[in-house]
Amino acid sequence: MTTLTTTQTETKTIAPARLNCLLAEFENPAQIMAAAEKVRDAGYRYWDCHTPFPVHGLDGAMGIQRTILPVLVFCAGAAGCTTGLVLQLFTNSFDFTVWAMVWVTGYPFLISGKPALSIPAFIPVMFELTILFSALSCVGLMLLMNHLPRLHNPLFTCERFRRASDDRFFISIEARDPRFYRSKTEAFLKSLGASAVEAVVED
Amino acid sequence: MSTIPAPDHGRPMHGFTEIDNTGETPGKRSPLVLGVKDFGEVTATVCRPNELRKVPMAWNIMFALSMLLVLNLGFVVHYLIFTGVGVWGLNNPVMWAFDITNFVFWVGIGHAGTLISAILFLFRQKWRTGINRFAEAMTIFAVICAGIFPGIHIGRVWLAYWLFPIPNQMAMWPQFRSPLLWDVFAVSTYFTVSLLFWYVGLVPDLATMRDRAKGKVQQIAYGLFSLGWRGSNRHWHRYERAYLLLAALSTPLVLSVHSVVSFDFATSQLPGWHTTIFPPYFVAGAIFSGFAMVVTLAVPARELFGLKNLITLRHLDNMNKVILVTGCMVGYAYGMEFFIAWYSGALFEKFAFMNRAFGQYAWAYWIMVSCNVITPQLFWFRKIRTSIPLMFVLSLFVNVGMWFERFVIIVTSLANDFLPTSWDKFEPTWVDIGTMLGAFGLFGVLFLLFCRFLPMIAIAEVKAVMPQADPHWEGWGHSHGAGASPAAAHEPGDTK
Repeated sequence: MTTLTTTQTETKTIAPARLNCLLAEFENPAQIMAAAEKVRDAGYRYWDCHTPFPVHGLDGAMGIQRTILPVLVFCAGAAGCTTGLVLQLFTNSFDFTVWAMVWVTGYPFLISGKPALSIPAFIPVMFELTILFSALSCVGLMLLMNHLPRLHNPLFTCERFRRASDDRFFISIEARDPRFYRSKTEAFLKSLGASAVEAVVED
Repeated sequence: MSTIPAPDHGRPMHGFTEIDNTGETPGKRSPLVLGVKDFGEVTATVCRPNELRKVPMAWNIMFALSMLLVLNLGFVVHYLIFTGVGVWGLNNPVMWAFDITNFVFWVGIGHAGTLISAILFLFRQKWRTGINRFAEAMTIFAVICAGIFPGIHIGRVWLAYWLFPIPNQMAMWPQFRSPLLWDVFAVSTYFTVSLLFWYVGLVPDLATMRDRAKGKVQQIAYGLFSLGWRGSNRHWHRYERAYLLLAALSTPLVLSVHSVVSFDFATSQLPGWHTTIFPPYFVAGAIFSGFAMVVTLAVPARELFGLKNLITLRHLDNMNKVILVTGCMVGYAYGMEFFIAWYSGALFEKFAFMNRAFGQYAWAYWIMVSCNVITPQLFWFRKIRTSIPLMFVLSLFVNVGMWFERFVIIVTSLANDFLPTSWDKFEPTWVDIGTMLGAFGLFGVLFLLFCRFLPMIAIAEVKAVMPQADPHWEGWGHSHGAGASPAAAHEPGDTK
């Protein structure tokens, strides 16, 4: 019994899990800013900073390109506005029959003598749908571009990383980065003034 | 242990802390966070109420009371649906009364939350970070309460889906020229966008809760809802853009919602309703009542859950100033309505307003005027603005006054319209009153659950406005740039 257990433990140590990334811990925003600039200049590509709140200027220090999210949201808003207009014209102004999963027919209401094509009365709903489409796509696209929701990440196996949402600042450099050499990268991270450097394994 | 010394404002100190941050000294910046020296303490302070094993007794009592009111709401709504709208005190001219009053009241309450989260964000009002989370929660719960009333008021609730443009074999569509339908779109969009905004703000804080959680259930629940957030700066970059866009989208939205609600009245032909002042007047009133509700909720919440260092007197003082400003706007609107009624020379319009002030509902009108016009004027005095008990009482007065405002507008105009033979008097039945109280209960239950299970303050946002968050900050010993606080010239310490 005892021998068997020992063998199992040994097998675990002999075949180490694949390295995912190296995680360096920093104490404050100033340190991580300085470190991020150096990691950027060293030419790493697959790396990231993890902070409890957005640190001002870190985007520049990391060399992050501006997101195209606003452009996409604008398109979604325009689509919402058009949807609002088409919906109201179709249902209240004309009697076309179109196929939208089933055959549907519009109905030109006559309400207190107002014209069938009364655009001013349609503006509020067009406006609301513009906002609705923009907001939904804004949040949806933001999550999509961030590859969220994602229920697991190797970083979550690291006990130290729990403080990334509290009061510590981290830099992770992934093992798949072409410039990544475990010993060199580890020494590099230590030279940046990291208070701790830890290996994070795949699981 | 030394305490953070007071800045030399030369003003008296108020209660809980040595720093008076309710004023600004030129060249220095009053801190938004008091007695908390690092990020870890912010996290601990905010998460403490959620991690308590035993909730405060006051919470239990409030929850029990609110739950009773919710049971009562369930009962009266069922009674209404099974019997018909005749159980309300409605009669022939007065076909809208408590139901629409409550609807407008609750939608209005919601507006302060969106104003704080969106408009103050665009204006870079950093103090909003202390109060935006629970103000937004208040918005969502208030809109839920508001949503009940038009729902049950339509009479045949099983046909509520007729409100939406759903294809059907009768080629029967909603009538898009009606403000009542605009309302459906405005309020549902408002609810959706507010919920999104609130949730997006919550994600990083839920990740904090996940990382601190000890129990399995908490870990799984917070883990699921935090969507795997890991504070990645590449994520923060898009997140901040998205947040800014949501703020920019919510700003016109919040102004439009109560405008559309006011169209329900303003586009009709009824004297007292048919006025162009309604949209801005309703929006100002909504913000007025909403801020009063934020104060009503913030004062006990910060006492009960030990959040005085994050929701400081400065926050309350600022909110009271907003109440004062919007209260003046509301007062101006009351006066202007009267003036226009007289100036128009329209017989019915003149009568409608004289009838409001001196007719059968004069008592309601004068409650409204004293609560909404006179009460907020007291906030001109700094002593009153910074007195916790007084501001709590005054905010309750404003809540009452704003409820009566909607009642006065709706009921007096309907009860005495053009033809004296068709006049009548509305008197609420027990079902009317039960539904109104029930909505308060529902609001209370939702808000108390929120206080128990979700971080009441935006943790990440508060950290980001602390002087330490500035990468150029050089410790308490240095006074540097925009991040400098009045306490910055002194050594750090805690206010034990």
